Amino acid sequence: MKIITCMKWIPDTSEAELSIASGGKDIKKDDLDYDLNDWDRFAIEEAVQLKEKYDGEVTAISVAPEDAEEMLRECLARGADEAFQIWNDAFEGSDGFVIARALAEFIRKRPFDIIVTGTLAEDDGGGQVGGMLGAMLGVPSATLVSRIEIADGKARFRRELEGGLYENIEMELPAVISVATGLNEPRFVSIRAVRKVASIDIPTVDLDELGLDESQVGHSGSRISVEKVFLPPEGEGAEIIKGSTEEAAARLAEILKEKGVL
Amino acid sequence: MTILEPANVPLLGIPAPTIALIIILGSIAFFTYVMWKRIDLLKRCAPDPRFSDVSERIKMTLLYGFGQLRQPRYFGAGLLHILLFAGFMILSLRSLTLIGRGFSAEFHLPFMTGAIAFGYDAIKDYTVLVVLGVCLIAIARRAIWQPARYAHPGTHGHEGEAFIILGLVCSLMITDMVYDGSAFIPHPEPWYFFPASALAASFMKSASPDTLNSLHIGGYWAHILFFFGLLNYLPISKHFHVITAIPNVYFSNLKHGAIKPVRYGVSDWMELEQCGVNDLTGFTWKHVLDFYSCADCGRCSDNCPANIVGRALSPKMISIKARDYAYQKYPIFGSPKDFGAKKLVGDIITEEEIWACTTCGACERECPIFIEYIDKIVDMRRYLLEQGALPQSLQKPLQQIKKKGNAYGAVKGKRAAWSKDIEGVEVRELKKGDTADLLFFVDSCGSFDPRIQEISKSFARILGRTSCDFGILGQDENDSGNEVRRIGEEGLFEQVSEKNIEAFESRNFRQIVTYDPHAFNVIRNDYPKKFPIIHSSQLLSRLVRDKMLKFSGDYIGGRLVTYHDPCYLGRHNNIYDDPRFVINSIPGLRFREMERCCSRSFCCSGGGIMLWYENEQETQRMGEKRVRMAQEIGAQVIVTACPFCLINVEDAIKTTGNEGRIEVIDLVELADRSMS
Repeated sequence: MKIITCMKWIPDTSEAELSIASGGKDIKKDDLDYDLNDWDRFAIEEAVQLKEKYDGEVTAISVAPEDAEEMLRECLARGADEAFQIWNDAFEGSDGFVIARALAEFIRKRPFDIIVTGTLAEDDGGGQVGGMLGAMLGVPSATLVSRIEIADGKARFRRELEGGLYENIEMELPAVISVATGLNEPRFVSIRAVRKVASIDIPTVDLDELGLDESQVGHSGSRISVEKVFLPPEGEGAEIIKGSTEEAAARLAEILKEKGVL
Repeated sequence: MTILEPANVPLLGIPAPTIALIIILGSIAFFTYVMWKRIDLLKRCAPDPRFSDVSERIKMTLLYGFGQLRQPRYFGAGLLHILLFAGFMILSLRSLTLIGRGFSAEFHLPFMTGAIAFGYDAIKDYTVLVVLGVCLIAIARRAIWQPARYAHPGTHGHEGEAFIILGLVCSLMITDMVYDGSAFIPHPEPWYFFPASALAASFMKSASPDTLNSLHIGGYWAHILFFFGLLNYLPISKHFHVITAIPNVYFSNLKHGAIKPVRYGVSDWMELEQCGVNDLTGFTWKHVLDFYSCADCGRCSDNCPANIVGRALSPKMISIKARDYAYQKYPIFGSPKDFGAKKLVGDIITEEEIWACTTCGACERECPIFIEYIDKIVDMRRYLLEQGALPQSLQKPLQQIKKKGNAYGAVKGKRAAWSKDIEGVEVRELKKGDTADLLFFVDSCGSFDPRIQEISKSFARILGRTSCDFGILGQDENDSGNEVRRIGEEGLFEQVSEKNIEAFESRNFRQIVTYDPHAFNVIRNDYPKKFPIIHSSQLLSRLVRDKMLKFSGDYIGGRLVTYHDPCYLGRHNNIYDDPRFVINSIPGLRFREMERCCSRSFCCSGGGIMLWYENEQETQRMGEKRVRMAQEIGAQVIVTACPFCLINVEDAIKTTGNEGRIEVIDLVELADRSMS
């Protein structure tokens, strides 16, 4: 089975103090550490587990700048057999459409049975690439998949719906599957595991190999343009209740009564 | 009458010396074969250089092997064991003599004649009674009182073996008494010289001369058979420790606080086929000798905090399960058991057991014969981690250390942020080439945890007010790596330690000082390059002694104070007195020890990235258990000297409903607030 998994290299904003870049269309990213998108960590793990279960090969791909090589190397350490890094500086500022297009152009020339991606990326939360990739390649796709089983050229998926519901769906392969977090327990990658795959070549793929030109990627190729990125204005109406436990409880009850909750 | 001696009486027409020779040669041949098989397994194991430091090892053997110095930690059982062990030592001469008596009725050891022989025989007679008494008490303890630490949770037990051994020893004593008692009747002596013989004789005094002869000869041969039976039972049972305990103490680990390298004798472990241990022969020979030597006394598990709060770990079961596995996989006779897909590491010793350990060292400190657990746990973790099987809760913090040098995921540049704006003190960030007398190593917790930053500030204030010339590394500091190494991520440990070493080497200082015992331990014991380092408690105690630091009792008032020994300060580095000295130099302070103190201190559930570890089996938090121990003695203040202890105990004070009743405070903070 040929499995392809698509990875995203994103800034880690969890503990950082964010500020807006000049121009107001992005955050300042110079001081941020980049890492593999957490949703994609589950995707690569699922890809490797599918390979272990059904026998096959895993190819990891990312549209990401030079620094992201460490992420792809980590994917090799996690069990991918090969990895490709698609990049040209013109990709800077691309939206989900451009990324999906680049991935599709690359994948079009390769046989595959299943493509596994994360459903979302933690940075922009677009959730677009998986679906668009399926459409561009002319194969079915599903999102928020929490279990995958494959038999007789078909795949059965479990999806998690709102309200605690599960849905089982079936699809012909090939297909694009965007996974939910928590569908597996991603393995840990030690320093030694990364060093063991240090000699594997990670080819870089440029625009011409995709049959694209600079105008088709980056801002010019994107269909979405960001108007403004900003921090939410400080809200009003928050009250910190002070005093002893009894006093605070009394005050809380008073407020709740005022608001008609009690 | 004259009693017939065994050597002179043929049995079934075969001369006694011939029978004695057959028994001895047969037993020794069997014993040698069994021992050869056991040692053969040790030879297949990983190397372990335990042959240096001969004088230190001899000292250890005399103190803890022959001196049994750790036995009285469990007073009753320990005393019984000391009596039994001393009895065995004394009776060994008797056994040799008796073996000789199978060949000649007049046999005696060199110099064992006249008054010496009489004296020895009298001592021997008392010893026989003592050993018999001890064995009977031991049988009763196991049969009637059944101390919990002898249980074997989750596996078929070996309790039966203890009764077999004790029964054999009793039989040895009784047959000896029958042999001597039957000869005592025709040649009586005052009973107080030979009480065992006299006692036995009192049962036989109405016997006819023929019966006496039969008892004398029968007692003798039964004794010989029990003796060799016992000898040969030892290496196939849990009582192998009778043979291996002394060597086990001799070869014990002398490098306290340090973790063993991935594999001894390898220049680059990264090049190894496999990292860590997943099967018996992956352990070092000494670690398998440990498995052989476990006497199943359960003192380790009785003191293991993970075991006490209901986690899957019981240290002794690691030894027992591994030994069972060893005996089945490398049997004396027959073919090895096929374990199929069942693996020693992961299935027999489960992942839950392996991750449940806090590396507090209570088990190792308790073991009378110095069986090691931490290195084995770390070796197994190294294997699991390499397979990617690291608990999810620990993955993120390790990843953060790899990327940012701290588990908090905080930006490197903010590492010294706590040190700005401390009233009255300026904390110097040492740049490359800078010089200071003391280098204050803050570590990640003290740099980024808002509560622990308060200890950092207190320490800086004390250093400032006592005019110490000090500085910090700022953003050139990395996580110390104590838990990184103990989690089994050796590659990352090398990465952080190398960065810290580089930072140390590019600055000039006399000494490193830290208030975090985990950082203290890893820099002192694990870093490949040695730097002079002291713990804050040592510095504070020096400052008090030098009268640089004076206290008033205003902060503490009349409150009752107790001290919680951090594992990495106490057990791993033997620093017990300095913190107590500092606490007790505060005027008007009332101090009381908890029952578990000093080397028996109770782990608060671990430091470093172990703070992130989530365990599903435990029924209560270790910190809560510890707070209840403080509650028992009525303590109002728990002083500790470790940031992680503080975090765990502070949480536990809240969850046990003791907020406002008990305060936990770091020694550094106590000193800061008590400065006059």
